[in-house]
Amino acid sequence: MSKIIYLDNAATTQLDENVFEEMKPYFVEHYGNPSSVYSIASESKKAIDIARERVANSIGAEVSEIYFTNGGTESDNWAIKGIAENYVNKGKHIITTKIEHHAVLHTCEYLEKQGYEITYLNVDEDGLVNIEELEKSIRPDTILISIMFANNEIGTIEPIKEIGEIAKKHNIIFHTDAVQAFGHVPIHVNEMNIDLLSASGHKVNGPKGIGFLYIRKNIKLKSFIHGGAQERQRRAGTENVPGIVGLGAAAKIACDNMEERAKHLIKQRDYLMEQIEKNVDYIRLNGHRTKRLPNNVNFCFRFIEGESLLISLDMEGICASSGSACTSGSLDPSHVLLAIGLPHEIAHGSLRLTLSHNTTKEELDFVVEQLKDIVNRLRAMSPLYEDFVKAQK
Amino acid sequence: MYTEKVMDHFKNPRNMGEIEDASGIGTVGNAKCGDIMRVFLKIEGDVIEDVKFKTFGCGAAVATSSMATELVKGKTVKEAMAVTNKAVMEALDGLPPVKVHCSLLAEEAIHAALWDYAQKHNIEIDGLKEPKADIGEHDSFEEI
Repeated sequence: MSKIIYLDNAATTQLDENVFEEMKPYFVEHYGNPSSVYSIASESKKAIDIARERVANSIGAEVSEIYFTNGGTESDNWAIKGIAENYVNKGKHIITTKIEHHAVLHTCEYLEKQGYEITYLNVDEDGLVNIEELEKSIRPDTILISIMFANNEIGTIEPIKEIGEIAKKHNIIFHTDAVQAFGHVPIHVNEMNIDLLSASGHKVNGPKGIGFLYIRKNIKLKSFIHGGAQERQRRAGTENVPGIVGLGAAAKIACDNMEERAKHLIKQRDYLMEQIEKNVDYIRLNGHRTKRLPNNVNFCFRFIEGESLLISLDMEGICASSGSACTSGSLDPSHVLLAIGLPHEIAHGSLRLTLSHNTTKEELDFVVEQLKDIVNRLRAMSPLYEDFVKAQK
Repeated sequence: MYTEKVMDHFKNPRNMGEIEDASGIGTVGNAKCGDIMRVFLKIEGDVIEDVKFKTFGCGAAVATSSMATELVKGKTVKEAMAVTNKAVMEALDGLPPVKVHCSLLAEEAIHAALWDYAQKHNIEIDGLKEPKADIGEHDSFEEI
């Protein structure tokens, strides 16, 4: 294997060299604990302030509304469990969707066991939430709407502004898991009426182990992790200073270059989709064709299974992912693919390719060429394809 | 995650294909769970002269089908009956725990093809039971 073609940027991204440079001094040189009084600690404190400002600017928030966490999963847990606990006097009903990340879904399932009622909204065949269905499911005891900004598997971008309007109209708190959208598409918490927003550093060429939760000023959310006065007494634990610096730097770079990168990525994405559709038969595009993340391509290839597709691609140096059961450790394929109405046997054959701004056209051409051969090879092996061909005759 | 042997059998599957005039054909698994194996046997006298397979499934499913066909090729029906999923796994230097069901499926596929052969020739094979229509359910495990 000579060269790696990394097309799994929705899983994680490569750390940006410039981000790494900004982080470096905060490991060895400026190692002071930001909570300490001596002067070397003030360097760490200053760095956190700058990072917080950069993150706040990237979503149109105020500096005091940004709380650093260890990542998207913690942010989702904090937001949902926190609201459930603090607003229990108003009610115990939460609205979410069937296609959320497990950080949201499993948290909601946990709350169900604690006596909360959860409405899991359906999505259409493209993965879009129906606004009317959302509004109809609101009850007097609804305390939270949690709907993802963009889906991690199929890339569909939800109508966040409309959802925010509905939430505001009914005076319900609106949380969005923006882990996949942050730094990739424009986000403005005020224009979109977002009250809580989760995001992560490593999906935008920042470091792993760092993320944040945006909490609108008037929202009551108690501490989730106890043991110190950090993060305005809302999130205890010594700050991950290099991580926070890295997140701030990554957020700034992503936002400064967003328009240009998105334009380029959309071109690449549409080229890849077009080439796959031109070269391979019996496939289905998953997710909305245009209302989707600039870097996401997701197809189902009928008659073949996703894991064998991934192993075959890996043998050619191509990193991708799949929603097949065999890659999840369960017998069911991805809940997202089932929610958009795919039968199990088709959902097993999904492939997600997520590009970076550094992906080249040559790499995409190579991937399509390999994909074509691999799909042919696996179909030649498939009893489902054999039956299909015989039935055609 | 897979051993070299599993990867080798996935990359270069032995006995992949169909037998036009097969003496017995067995298909097991279901598309819902993501694994289907079909085995074709050509039996002359009491010996498995040829065997082919087709598989829809993960890397382990392909590799276990390939290995299972290797293990029964040239054997008598009785010897083939003695090829267990454990033998298939051992021959592949092991499988990840979540993939053990693939080796069961391979054993079942061979048995299903033998059953078909026995039915067609109106014979009984010692220790062979009618294959289950669907073996996808009995080895379900909790999400990890």
